[in-house]
Amino acid sequence: MANWIPLWLHRLSSPPTFYRFAGTLRPWAMALALLAGAIALYGGLVLAPADYQQGDAYRIIFIHVPSAWMSMFIYGVMGVSAFIALVWRIKLAEVVAMESAPIGAAFTLITLVTGSLWGKPMWGTWWTWDARLTSELVLLFLYLGVIGLYHAFEDRRQGARAAAFLAIIGIVNVPIVHFSVTWWNTLHQGSTISIFGHSKMSGAMLWPLLLMMLATKFYYIASLFRRVRTDLLALESGKDWVRQIAERESTP
Amino acid sequence: MTLQHFFAMGGYAAYVWPAYAVFFIVLVVDTLAPRLRRRRVLRELRARIARQSARQARNAPSSTTPLA
Repeated sequence: MANWIPLWLHRLSSPPTFYRFAGTLRPWAMALALLAGAIALYGGLVLAPADYQQGDAYRIIFIHVPSAWMSMFIYGVMGVSAFIALVWRIKLAEVVAMESAPIGAAFTLITLVTGSLWGKPMWGTWWTWDARLTSELVLLFLYLGVIGLYHAFEDRRQGARAAAFLAIIGIVNVPIVHFSVTWWNTLHQGSTISIFGHSKMSGAMLWPLLLMMLATKFYYIASLFRRVRTDLLALESGKDWVRQIAERESTP
Repeated sequence: MTLQHFFAMGGYAAYVWPAYAVFFIVLVVDTLAPRLRRRRVLRELRARIARQSARQARNAPSSTTPLA
């Protein structure tokens, strides 16, 4: 193991340690997600005023945009852990990469469906083959490809390595999704929120959006930890620590 | 603002509410799926442990007598 990786990180990547760590943090992440999500929904659906052009239809933004951000963010996490898994062969990185894929696919699906439901009243069409929509659809197919490849192998770790390779190649699509509205002339509107510049949105609409973004981040942590814990149990089923958990939970 | 007014969503109820429904349904499924899988993994593991200990119990008396 390289020296620059701190010792605690090395310890944390041991499956029984991470299992306990994730088990402690997961309920808190879920509670924060539900709390932030509830406040953001109230702010977005009730407190925020209607848009002067789009009326109340714009309220889809409060789930559409955070989901779209998550679809790209989760792909980034998956790509980085896939890279770590391939280079250093760390089992935990493999599991994080493979278990991120279904969550990312879920958020991508939400993005596409809510975008479609928003596009119909605003653009007059459910779907159009423009750059933003097409690249987001490609993102969904990449997630599904990673999931499919992972399950196509008899040996799970061999499947994880093949799928990790696909995940790394597919990462080129993430900047394409992000910049598609600037690079091509599309029907999809440009970015409203800018990290470094001035956001073109009023405060009453902005805070529910940012809070929902926070809620989806916490949700991702909670969902990922639950999935990783289950996967670690399955992968390490021959080990003593897993047997102890199985026996402890047999008499609830 | 009345509740009826709120649910009408300025005439866009047919688009706004299905969008929110999709958001929640997909995330609920994403939450429940690993929960079910965890239960299955542990059940299978317990069955395997039970099989192994049964086999060990069966083999234990015969292993005390040398084969050759």
